[in-house]
Amino acid sequence: MSTLLDIKNLNVQFDTDEGRIVAVENISLSVKAGEVLGVVGESGSGKSVTAKSIMQLNPGNTHYNEDAEIIIDGENTLKFTSKEDLKKIRGGKVSMIFQEPMASFAPAIKIGAQMVEQLLLHKPIDKKEAKSISVDMLKRVGIADAEKRFNQYAFELSGGMRQRAMIAMALSTMPKLLLADEPTTALDVTIQAQVINLIKDIIKEYQMGVMFITHDLGVIAQTADNVAVMYLGAIVEKGPVREIIKNPKHPYTRGLLKALPDINNLDAPLQPIPGSIPSPLERPTGCVFRTRCPHPTQEGKEGRINMGLIEVSPGHWVDRCGVNCG
Amino acid sequence: MEVSSAKKEAYFTATQMQLVRTRFFGNRTAMIAGSILLFMIVCSLFADFLSPYDPTIAGRDKEYENGAPQIPMFWDKNGFSPRPFLHTLTKYRGADTNFRWVYKIDDDKRRYVYFFVKGWEYKSLDFKINLPGKKFDFQFPGFTSDRHLFGTKEGGIHLFGTDKAGKDLFSRTLSAIYISLAVGTLGVFISFVLSLIIGGISGYYGGWIDSLLQMFTDAIRTVPPIPLFMCLAAFAPQEWSSELRFFFISCLLGLISWPTLARRVRTHLLSERSQEYILAAQMSGASSAHIIGRHLLPSFTSYIIVDLVISFPYMLLSETALSFIGLGLREPVNSLGVLLQNATKADVLLNYQWYFIPVFFLVVLILSFVFVGDGLRDAADPHKNK
Amino acid sequence: MNDNLVSVKNVSVEFDYQENFLSKKQKIQAVKNVSLDIKKKSFLGLVGESGSGKTTLGKAILGANKISSGQVIFHDEHTDYDLANINKKELKEYRKKAQLIFQDPYAALSPRMTVRDIIAEPLEVMKITKSREETDERVRDIASKCRLNLEHLRRYPHAFSGGQRQRISIARSLVSYPKFIVADESVAALDVSIQADILNLLKSLQKDLDLTYLFISHDLSVVAHTCDEVAVMYLGHIVEQAPSRELFTNPRHPYTKALLSSIPAIDPDDQKKAIELTGEIPSAMNPPSGCVFRTRCPHASPDGKEAGIKMGLVEVSPGHWVDQCGVNCGEK
Repeated sequence: MSTLLDIKNLNVQFDTDEGRIVAVENISLSVKAGEVLGVVGESGSGKSVTAKSIMQLNPGNTHYNEDAEIIIDGENTLKFTSKEDLKKIRGGKVSMIFQEPMASFAPAIKIGAQMVEQLLLHKPIDKKEAKSISVDMLKRVGIADAEKRFNQYAFELSGGMRQRAMIAMALSTMPKLLLADEPTTALDVTIQAQVINLIKDIIKEYQMGVMFITHDLGVIAQTADNVAVMYLGAIVEKGPVREIIKNPKHPYTRGLLKALPDINNLDAPLQPIPGSIPSPLERPTGCVFRTRCPHPTQEGKEGRINMGLIEVSPGHWVDRCGVNCG
Repeated sequence: MEVSSAKKEAYFTATQMQLVRTRFFGNRTAMIAGSILLFMIVCSLFADFLSPYDPTIAGRDKEYENGAPQIPMFWDKNGFSPRPFLHTLTKYRGADTNFRWVYKIDDDKRRYVYFFVKGWEYKSLDFKINLPGKKFDFQFPGFTSDRHLFGTKEGGIHLFGTDKAGKDLFSRTLSAIYISLAVGTLGVFISFVLSLIIGGISGYYGGWIDSLLQMFTDAIRTVPPIPLFMCLAAFAPQEWSSELRFFFISCLLGLISWPTLARRVRTHLLSERSQEYILAAQMSGASSAHIIGRHLLPSFTSYIIVDLVISFPYMLLSETALSFIGLGLREPVNSLGVLLQNATKADVLLNYQWYFIPVFFLVVLILSFVFVGDGLRDAADPHKNK
Repeated sequence: MNDNLVSVKNVSVEFDYQENFLSKKQKIQAVKNVSLDIKKKSFLGLVGESGSGKTTLGKAILGANKISSGQVIFHDEHTDYDLANINKKELKEYRKKAQLIFQDPYAALSPRMTVRDIIAEPLEVMKITKSREETDERVRDIASKCRLNLEHLRRYPHAFSGGQRQRISIARSLVSYPKFIVADESVAALDVSIQADILNLLKSLQKDLDLTYLFISHDLSVVAHTCDEVAVMYLGHIVEQAPSRELFTNPRHPYTKALLSSIPAIDPDDQKKAIELTGEIPSAMNPPSGCVFRTRCPHASPDGKEAGIKMGLVEVSPGHWVDQCGVNCGEK
């Protein structure tokens, strides 16, 4: 299984009126073909910023560090600046689907036209062929009456259908890597189940790699093979999904699992993680979780332990401060 | 990046107004434009004090018609002088100048510039409202003074030159700025009151009242302004005094531009009205008066201030355009438009280029309003606070 | 002595909808023929997806939506309030006893008021307190119950995080010491770790202040943990209602079963595949006749599918009510 995406040592910072804020610090992730990497985190964790960095969609005031590498299919895309190169990643080898499907579609252009336009940008085919591929894709994602829907506007479709149409549009260019940024958060739970099943089928059929970003650990448990848990821009734990959920080592991961209502265990009380997420302007030095950690060591509490992932068991990496204090 | 806890507390307890002010002060362009604007406004308010000559025909300098600008010097071939001075000019016409009047500079005779000199008499803070009929007349005598910032003992000092009749362009420019600003202010005020009423009712009640008022507003908006102005301006009888004409033009400007502002007021109200915190107040049983007073009005003060400042330049431009084509203000009341009208003759382009100096002031005035308005708008509504 | 705080009988709420000036006026049946009893000091969950009508029902019980038919009676200590026929004076009194907690902690607080003023506003509007000192004391009391301290009161909303803002919102709803709270998706906009905090706060406040909650949510796991009784709504109807444990261990209606199976389990080894419901949720302007769920029901009986069965709740075991079409068509 080839590695489709390899992010190495990525640091992302933004220049704002209040100064330079760190959005993502020193993260390394990889996705192989046919595999789903789940990226889990709450607000401010930096998961969306990471995904946007892959597509170079971050705003102009972004700074990447010099030695960061995002390797897609052998090329370091962080170094891409020309339009042709960027086209390769945006919509070519990598496609992205977003949380708000209404925002992906231009409201005044028919869906079909947008799908065709996207195809023509990336593949040397003619309009007729593009249309037939698009309609096929709409059928594939489970939209009945695909021909009719092809000629409709985004507002004529329901939320679930729009999301499926967006998936169809993202997949029509046959990307190798799919970035899904909270694709099911805005959907009703029964529709969410449909969309997740669809994504799982498609991964198997096309052998794509998927980076699935969400805050919902349940969705990750059911769809992902590997998971990375992010907090305030750093990865605190990563590894195979079974291992992380059954055997979490970092206090944050444990806290997250304890705070979740489990429908199979209605008696367990909900335990919130004390404190609140610090604003990125006040990112704690040393271990970012130290302000809320339930059992910090003296060293950890004072921020003297530097962050860095340690392999505690094959494939299971935990931040060293978490290993100390867990 | 550690921020001190005092600063943090200050941020937490800052009201919206304070936050807006801080953001505005941080915007360099807006601050520079704002200072320039403030400077011009203050100068125009003290126009009479700053002008060495009466801007009307009464103050004309017969000895120096169509004269070029005279800039005071500190240094000439006779040495340095701490007090600025000008050279004497004599009018001369002869065969060698094609019998045109020119001014010969006698660079041995100096005329010094003095400060706080006595000059022509002017009144300040006097009010006189002279509407048709005696009932509305109102008069406030004000103060008389005859001190001016600078002047010379003999001859004239014309910083911007003079026009055909010898009127000092510097004094005229200052008073023109004042008149243009006054017309603009009155126009904006009238427009504001109208749009607040109409836009306010429309936005607050919604429903069919809104639809009806919107149709009315749109109808007025679709009328092309220039022909409308021309028609209405033509109604003004010739016998009206210049003050009356001034009042009339301001009213016209206000009446024609209220639709845009009304639309903005309505939009603000409609979006604020559906905010959840308003709903929360309603669920507690708050009356309309409470909601309007406690929530809606404060929420929109900042937007309205921005809208007002931004509509000012349009007023100025409209007035200037009207006066330029002769339909607005007329002599002896002069505004920037009236001054510009004098600059349209071919003669002027070739020989008397200083007639264009008021253009520069018009442009600077308008640009400063625009930049300040933009700065205010950015300060009042940056990325939504999260 | 009535055990119920609120009795809802055959309530329907309709809205008029007109696309624009010239198109036909249409009626949307947001809530159709719903009957519900909310017992005193209970924590009742109302669950449903979009279009289920749960928010509309909650607001109708609070008097914020007009009740088109049916009866909603609020049994206070000495008086009963009939929400369908309430006059202005009674409504003012009622408002002191029943309040709403909003969903969006960012939009529900006016950015121009201090926290103290936000919490005090209901007291001033409802004229509950007579002096500034009295108001201040009440505000401080309720703020400390919601774990906000004194210095928080002087600050403006922009100083607070989502979870803290929600606590301010809760404090505002409680300052008039109501008996009944409708919490409309009150934790949906919060991060997972904060959700638990707010839910625990709601539970402790219930004990402290003798509250009765109607908890509206689309998130079944949250509802399962906090509520003692749950009602499931679909397209304006209640399709199943039971004590929480019973509902989650023994669901009877096909929609409830599908809903429960759609919740992704946190245990990765629990690889149950969700019961997939075909099709989309029908529009509320044109709901299916007969059983509204028949267009998507995975086990529809021929009778049910043809809209032959009328809807109506039947008690299948003590306290456990299921819509009769669901009883018929459930898995045999």
